[in-house]
Amino acid sequence: MQQEVVLAMLAKEPSHGYQLRARLRQALGPLGEAMNDGQVYVTLTRLEKAGLVTAEQAAGVADRPDRKVYALTPEGQQRVAGWLAEVSWPRPGLSEFHLKLVAAAAAGLADPLSIVDAQRRELLRRLRDAQRAALAEPAGSAATLLLEGIVLRLQADLRWLEACERHWTRREDDS
Amino acid sequence: MSTSSPPMLRAQGLSRTYGRDAALVRAVDGVDLEVAAGETVAVMGPSGCGKSTLLHLLGGLDRPTAGEIWLSAQRTDQLSERALARLRRDGIGFVFQAFHLMDELTAVENVELPGLLAGHPPRAARRRAAELLDQVGLADRARHLPSALSGGQRQRVAIARALSNQPAVVLADEPTGNLDSEATLDVLRLFESLHTAGQTLVIVTHDARIAATADRLISMRDGVFIDETRLTGGTAGDLGSLAGLEG
Repeated sequence: MQQEVVLAMLAKEPSHGYQLRARLRQALGPLGEAMNDGQVYVTLTRLEKAGLVTAEQAAGVADRPDRKVYALTPEGQQRVAGWLAEVSWPRPGLSEFHLKLVAAAAAGLADPLSIVDAQRRELLRRLRDAQRAALAEPAGSAATLLLEGIVLRLQADLRWLEACERHWTRREDDS
Repeated sequence: MSTSSPPMLRAQGLSRTYGRDAALVRAVDGVDLEVAAGETVAVMGPSGCGKSTLLHLLGGLDRPTAGEIWLSAQRTDQLSERALARLRRDGIGFVFQAFHLMDELTAVENVELPGLLAGHPPRAARRRAAELLDQVGLADRARHLPSALSGGQRQRVAIARALSNQPAVVLADEPTGNLDSEATLDVLRLFESLHTAGQTLVIVTHDARIAATADRLISMRDGVFIDETRLTGGTAGDLGSLAGLEG
């Protein structure tokens, strides 16, 4: 489980590990079924060691990770903010980007639509570069095929961003 | 691109509404736009966002409810119908999704038509049309009727026609909307070469491929501009990493 995803899921409010798991499950739907519960705790322990979260033990309860309440430290908050602002491609993958929007909206840290816009700008710049390179290739060049593959992937991702935009626009209109 | 020279195309506070009261639709809602000479600007947005209406306003095919439009040094939104028709013929080149060629005219006759309407001698108009068809790679199709041409070829004829009177601005409405991938590439290549030649271009589209050829990309939603991106000089990573060549 990626550290930033777990951190971002904590951004809304301090939570128990099982609450985090439930949030991830809800956001990922059937894809979350494959998620290993232990992984969340492994990640939380790492984050605690790195000083990005604090773990508060409820009084009089056995020392078990699922009884702890985890909260972001200022460093953790910073890391989440940086992650939300990051634009790149082909990473983040679909689920990471999706969770970014979910976490941003849930915690009110950033407008999902502006995250979508930033990502779209990045993809369009890359599309422009790949397309220019494809147009500059001589006819029949094998490299054109590879560039065409990049262009098609970028187009698919751009279409998905449109769907993300529609979904999160509706959410904003509802609220 | 010089920022001191006046824009080739400028719109200020541009609005177009339809209907009234509860049924009022703000198709274009207070848009400001400046397009520099030689610049390619793409306006992108979902269908119904007002981008086609915007293009029609800019090209004098429709009149704004409010706001100003300037083509170079001339204000165009208040022109008489006659002056506006002349402007559409001589100052602006249009490219539409559905090509809008005259079916009963050959390719070269379609392309020379705006020149003839502008009063150029037939011989000169024909020569210019032949040059333009050559430029779009269709010299050998000059005598074909549109029905004998593929979609991509028809669109290239339409682009040649748009260039006939050396317009200040070419306005294109979903120019690749009806084309397959191969034909889209031909049209992209053509727009790139126009851009290199210094033609000012405004393209409205939802096709990311054609939008990505622009210098500047504007996102439109519900009649307003919501985002603007300069695509040139961006931060894009090298192409190798896009293809999975990184370690």
